[in-house]
Amino acid sequence: MWRDAALVAGKDLRIEARSRVATNQIAPFGVLVLVLFAFALDPDRGVLQRAAPGLFWVAVLFASLLAVQRSFAVESADQARDGLRLSGLDPAGIFLGKAGAVALQLLALELLLGVFVVLLYDAELHQGVILAVTIAAATAGLASAGVVYGMLAAGLRVRETLLPLLLLPVVAPVLLGATRATEAALDIAPAADAWPWVRLLGVFAVIYTTFGVLAFGTLLEEA
Amino acid sequence: MTASRPTTTSAATRLLGGAAFLALVTTVVLGLGLPPTTEQGDYVKLIAIHPPLAWAAYLSFGVTALASLAYLVPKTRSRAWDHLAGASAEVGVVFTALTLATGSIWGRPTWGVWWVWDARLTLTALLLFLFLGYLALRRTGGHPDTNAKRSAIAALLAVLVVPINHYAVEWWRTLHQRQSLTLTPQENLDGNYIAVMLLGFLAITLTYGWLTLHRYRIERRLDQTAGQSLEAAIAERRAEVPA
Repeated sequence: MWRDAALVAGKDLRIEARSRVATNQIAPFGVLVLVLFAFALDPDRGVLQRAAPGLFWVAVLFASLLAVQRSFAVESADQARDGLRLSGLDPAGIFLGKAGAVALQLLALELLLGVFVVLLYDAELHQGVILAVTIAAATAGLASAGVVYGMLAAGLRVRETLLPLLLLPVVAPVLLGATRATEAALDIAPAADAWPWVRLLGVFAVIYTTFGVLAFGTLLEEA
Repeated sequence: MTASRPTTTSAATRLLGGAAFLALVTTVVLGLGLPPTTEQGDYVKLIAIHPPLAWAAYLSFGVTALASLAYLVPKTRSRAWDHLAGASAEVGVVFTALTLATGSIWGRPTWGVWWVWDARLTLTALLLFLFLGYLALRRTGGHPDTNAKRSAIAALLAVLVVPINHYAVEWWRTLHQRQSLTLTPQENLDGNYIAVMLLGFLAITLTYGWLTLHRYRIERRLDQTAGQSLEAAIAERRAEVPA
């Protein structure tokens, strides 16, 4: 399973490295969303600074939709998904590989957006450990839920419009939990408030990863 | 082709519909006749309809989840479960929307705003979106068996996320803001209000059953005609060829 996961993740990341869709399209889009928030909110009165954690995670959420769609778009041409199905790879491995690749891209994106949140929104990081744990748990949850729903919608003609409607209500607790925990990391909220949220993020990630590992074979068959 | 006009009715559903109608009318009449209270005025009358609607919304999604589970278990797999899941979810979306609407109408005079970010309201709104997504997924077509399986998985996934959403919004409103609204009326309501509300529960539950049964039969007919029209088209083409 792990060997298959590494193979699939390697393939997806190699495609991204060569096509540069993630770096040339998804990452600029994420930064653009951060800039647009400044237009929507008043940048002069500290609104951005206070809302920085939430805005950061909304930008990540939007970008993760694109990352998930991209992850399945690379297999929509030339019956590549049939190839994957017939490859004899363990479906659980395929799931972990795709989720791992999406998670790595999201991590890089979060790092980039984090820098821009500091630059543009004047946010200050106080609790590095809390932020690191939050990002790890939230990213795992987003990637696993994203790949489960991405697979669910993959073969459909309306997948681009359907995926946001399916995925966003599901990852609403991730947005809530990650935002609250990040507020604690930026000293907007007391640090002790962060841990229940981090636990919630962890539970979310475990549930969706387990579901993906167990059900991905069925989903792959039906797509 | 068929001699009789296709219908989704039967003696039993006619009886059920009649009972639902009667119970609804009685609820409306008795509900409107409830005396206004000092705190909420006439708006307290919404107690006859709002809690029952919320109950029916949750009931319908519960039925969708169970039917989806029954479809996924190989031993009980039957297209009928898929039809039931879809029918119940559709009726559920309507009831959820009505729950939110009546809640807003009730909330405006009680809280002064149409919407508050209370845990229960937020969760209900999320539930509405989850099942709108589910219904959208059901409509994507493809092979009926594939569609049914995919929809069943999506329904179970949606139900899986409900407890997580529940805890998330619950903490969000209590842990973070330390402010919580009580949705139940502050004053002690006498038995009349409770009695009408219970009647409302009966009326809405009967209505749910009636609507879902009809919707279920429509789904089944659609399923049957999907195959029929293809067969008819083939037969038509065959007839064109001279023997």
